[in-house]
Amino acid sequence: MIPELGHFALILAFFVSLVQGVLPLVGAQKNRADWVAVARPATAAAFLLVGVSFACLTWAFYVNDFSVEYVAGHSNTQLPLMYRLSAVWGGHEGSLLLWVFMLVGWAAAVAAFSRQLPAAMVARVLGVLGLVTVGLLAFVILTSNPFDRLLSPPAEGRSLNPLLQDPGLIYHPPLLYMGYVGMAVAYAFAMAALLAGQLDAAWARWSRPWTTVAWVFLTLGIALGSWWAYYELGWGGWWFWDPVENASFMPWLVCTALIHSLAVTEKRGSFKNWTVLLAIAAFSLSLLGTFLVRSGVLTSVHAFATDPKRGLFILILLAVVVGASLLLFAARAPKVSLGGRFELVSRETFLLVNNVLLVVACGAVLLGTLYPLIVDAFGGGKISVGPPYFNAVFIPIMMPLLVLVALGPVARWKQADLPAMLKKLWPAAVAAVAAGIVLPMLAGEWHAYVALALALVGWMVAAWVLQTVERLKAGSPTVSWWGMQLAHFGLAVFVVGVAMVGTYEEERDVRMEPGETVSVGGHTFKFLGVHESRGPNYTADVGTFELSQDGKLLRLLHPEKRDYDSSQMPMTEAAIDAGFTRDVYVSLAEPLSPDKENGPWAVRVYFKPFVDWIWGGCLLMSLGGLLAAADRRYRIRAKSSAAVSANAAGAAA
Amino acid sequence: MNKFTLPLIAFIALIALLAVGLNLNPREVPSPLVGKPAPDFSVPQLHTPDANFSPKEMLGKVWLFNVWASWCVSCREEHPIIVEYTQRPDAIPVIGLNYKDKREDGLRWLTRFGDPYVLSAFDLDGRVGINYGVYGVPETYLIDKAGVIRFKQIGPITPKVLEEKILPLVKELSK
Amino acid sequence: MNASMKLLLAACAALSLSLPLHAREAAPLAEDPVVEKRLIEISEELRCLVCQNESLAGSQAELAKDLREEVRGLIKEGKSDSEVKDFLVSRYGDFVLYRPQVKPTTYLLWAGPFLLLFIGLFALVRFLKQRSKEVVDTPLSDEEKKRAEALLKEVQS
Repeated sequence: MIPELGHFALILAFFVSLVQGVLPLVGAQKNRADWVAVARPATAAAFLLVGVSFACLTWAFYVNDFSVEYVAGHSNTQLPLMYRLSAVWGGHEGSLLLWVFMLVGWAAAVAAFSRQLPAAMVARVLGVLGLVTVGLLAFVILTSNPFDRLLSPPAEGRSLNPLLQDPGLIYHPPLLYMGYVGMAVAYAFAMAALLAGQLDAAWARWSRPWTTVAWVFLTLGIALGSWWAYYELGWGGWWFWDPVENASFMPWLVCTALIHSLAVTEKRGSFKNWTVLLAIAAFSLSLLGTFLVRSGVLTSVHAFATDPKRGLFILILLAVVVGASLLLFAARAPKVSLGGRFELVSRETFLLVNNVLLVVACGAVLLGTLYPLIVDAFGGGKISVGPPYFNAVFIPIMMPLLVLVALGPVARWKQADLPAMLKKLWPAAVAAVAAGIVLPMLAGEWHAYVALALALVGWMVAAWVLQTVERLKAGSPTVSWWGMQLAHFGLAVFVVGVAMVGTYEEERDVRMEPGETVSVGGHTFKFLGVHESRGPNYTADVGTFELSQDGKLLRLLHPEKRDYDSSQMPMTEAAIDAGFTRDVYVSLAEPLSPDKENGPWAVRVYFKPFVDWIWGGCLLMSLGGLLAAADRRYRIRAKSSAAVSANAAGAAA
Repeated sequence: MNKFTLPLIAFIALIALLAVGLNLNPREVPSPLVGKPAPDFSVPQLHTPDANFSPKEMLGKVWLFNVWASWCVSCREEHPIIVEYTQRPDAIPVIGLNYKDKREDGLRWLTRFGDPYVLSAFDLDGRVGINYGVYGVPETYLIDKAGVIRFKQIGPITPKVLEEKILPLVKELSK
Repeated sequence: MNASMKLLLAACAALSLSLPLHAREAAPLAEDPVVEKRLIEISEELRCLVCQNESLAGSQAELAKDLREEVRGLIKEGKSDSEVKDFLVSRYGDFVLYRPQVKPTTYLLWAGPFLLLFIGLFALVRFLKQRSKEVVDTPLSDEEKKRAEALLKEVQS
C-alpha cells in the first residue's frame, strides 16, 4: 500500500504544481491578488506531497519491500541500514525523485523566507519554479516511476553497487543536488524579473542570497564528490574530467560568474541583461547535465542505466524550458536600461573580464565534453576527449583569473586609478616572484609549472593581505566583505593543493612480503601482514601497515581488499593518513601467492603533498559564500509589505 | 533579429546536436581494422595443442573468425546461432578463437554446447585478441579471400545481424 | 606531558624495539623502473575500453592489465611513445586516445577554447566602447529611481 501512496502523492503533486505554475503567473500578469495568493499555499502543498512520496520510497527501502522494482534493484537485506536508506538515491529513479524533492524544497524555502518581497514578485518566482516542477514530475511519473511493482517479487534484492556503499553516498548526492537544483531559484528570479519587465537593482538584491547559497551547496557537493573519488576509487586522483563531473562543474563555473555579475547589477545597476542570461545559462547547464548523465549519449563511470525514451523526454524538457526562456530574453532584453556609467579601468570592467574568463572556461569544458558527440554526429568516428585535453585548455584560461582576483577587489567602482593600484600592489608582485623562485625549491625540485602556480598564489595572498589591512584601517568591513575575502583566500589555498600534488606526488608499486618496508616521501611503511575479516555484507582481506617517519612510529594503517557477496568485482579500500601538509596513502592491489595471510602482496603507496588543501580551499570558498549570503542587508524586512507590493503592482501595471 | 537572439540560435543548434546524439550509441567503438588485412599470428589449436593455426591458412576463402570464451556469458546467447548457421549447406567456415581461457574449460564448454568451429585457436594470454582489437567478447570478424577484414561484430551475433549484415556481405564476397 | 602520553610513547618504543632493526626494503613490482615510469606516463593518456571512462593506468580490468603488459612489451622492444600509441590506435581506433590527435576533425576542439576567449575579449572591448557612448550619465530612469527610493525606505524603516 505504501508505495501506491507514494505514487499517488507524486501524481497529486503534479497537479498541485500545475496550479502553482499557472495561477500565480497569470494572476501577477493580470494583477489579480487572489490568484497571486495561491502561490504560497500551492508551493507548500507540493513540497508536502513530494515529501510524502519521498518518505514512502524511503520506507520501502527500510522494510526491504522487494516487490518494488527499484528497491529490488538497489538494495538487499544484508545492506547496512544507513546504506539501505541512502540507496533511495542510488539509482536513476530515486535520484530523480531526490532532484524533484530538492526543487520543491527550494521553492518552499523561497515561499517561507521572502515575506519582505512584493507578492507579485514572489508569485512569479514560485510560478516559474512550479512550471519546472511540473516538467520534472511528468518525467518521473511517465518514464522513471520508482514505485513500479514487480509481478513476482524476488526473495532478495540485487543490492547496491559496492562502489556506492560508502558514507560518500549519504552526503554527496544530496549536497550536489541542492546546488544543482538551487540554480533553478536564480533562474526563477531572473525569469520573474523578465516577465514583470522589472530588471533592476532590487531584483539583483533579492536573488543574490539565493544564488550564493545554491553556489555554496554546489561547491560543497562537487568538493565532497571529488574527495570521495579520491579515497574510494583507490588510485588517488581527485578530478577525472569525466562527463558527469563536467556536468556539475559547468553550472558551477557559470554560477560563479553569476555571483560576480549580480554584485555589479545590485550595486551599480549595470550588466542586467548579461546577469539574466547567466542565470538562465546556469540552470540550463544543470538541465543539460541531467540530460547528459541520464540519456546515455556520453559514456561515463557514473552513467545510470539508460533508456532512449528518458533521453528524449529530458531533451524535450530542456528545449521547452530553455527555449522559452531565451525567447523571452530576446524579446525583453533590448528594452532594458544600461545602468550606470563606468570607465574602462574600473571594478565593473574587472568583473566583466572575470565573467568572460569563467564563461569561456565553461565553454571549453562544454566543447570538450560534447566534442565526441559532434564528431560522431558528423560521421567522423569515435574519439575520446580526456584529462590531457582539459588540463591543456582549462588551466591557461584560468591563470589570468588568478591575476585578476587580486586586482578586482582593490579597484574602485566607476573609475579606478590604475597607477595608484599598481603602486599599492607592487609588494604583491615582489612576493609573487619570490614565491615562484623560492617555494618550489623548498618543496623539492624547481619546475616551471609549479613555479608559475606558486607565483600566482604569492601574488594572490600578498595582495589579499595588503587589501585586508587597508580595508580594516578604513573601518570595520561588512560580513559579506569578509565572505568575499574568505572565498578568495580559499581559491589561493585550492591552487596550492592542485599545484603541489600535481608536481610532487610520489607513487610506488611494490611487491611486499610481511616484514618488508617501502619508503615514499620520507615516510616508511612496514607491512605486517594480512588477516581476513567479515563485514556486514562482504569479506575483507585487511592489511596492517606500520607508518613511520624518521624512525618514529606514527600509526597503523589498515587498507582492505573487499569481496562483496553481491558482486564479483573486488573493491579496494585505501588507508589514508591525512595531514595538514601531506596525505600518505596505501592500498592493497592483489595477493601474489595463494597464501594471502603470510604471502607477498602487490602494494601501492602514495605520498600526496598538500592534497587536502584542494578540499580545504573549497571549504573556505563555501564558508565565504555562507558569510556573504548571511549579510543582514538581505534580511531586512519591510515594515509594511503591503505598501511595497502595492507599489510593485503599480509598477507592473 | 538582434544580438539578443544569438543565445537562442546557439541553443537551437545545441538541441539539434543532442537530438542526433540520442540516436548514436557511444558504446559501439568501430574497429579501425575493417578494410585492413587481418593481423597475422600463429598459436596452438584448442583441440590439438601440437598443431598451430595461422590465418594465412585461410587465404582464398571467405571465413568468419569468432572470439569466444567459456567465462563469457553472452557467448552462450550467441552460440546456438552459430551452431545453427554452420549446419546450413552454404555456410562458410567459422574459426574460433578461444580467448583467455583454460584449455579444459574451453573444451568442456564446446562439448556441452556444441562445436560449430572448423577449429579453435587457443589465445591463452590474450595477445591475439589485442592484435585484433578485441575488447568485449564475443566479437566476430568476417574475412575475405584476400585476408582482409570486411566486417566486425562487437557483442553477440543476433539472427538479425546474421541475416541482414553478415550473410549479404558473405554472398557478395563469395562471388 | 601527561601519564597516558608517556605510556603511549613507551608502548611505541617497545614496539619499535621488538622489530628487527634493518627491515628489508620491498622490491619494486616492475623489473625495470624506467620502463614502468614510461608505462604510467603513456597509459595515463590512454582510455580503457571496457570500463569506458577510466585510464589504462588506473583500471583494474583484465583487459587493461593485458594492454599494460602489451605496452610494457612494446617499450622494451624500444618503441617510442608515439609508436606505442600508433599501435593501439591501429587496433582500437582513435577512441583509445584521451588526448585527441590534432587533425582536421579536431581542429575546432583544440582551437575552440582559445577562439572563444578571443571572441569573448573582443566582444567585451566592443561592448565597453559602445556602452560608454550610449550611456548618458543618468544611470537610473525615473521609474527606477522611484523604486530605488521605495527600496531604500524599506531598508531604513
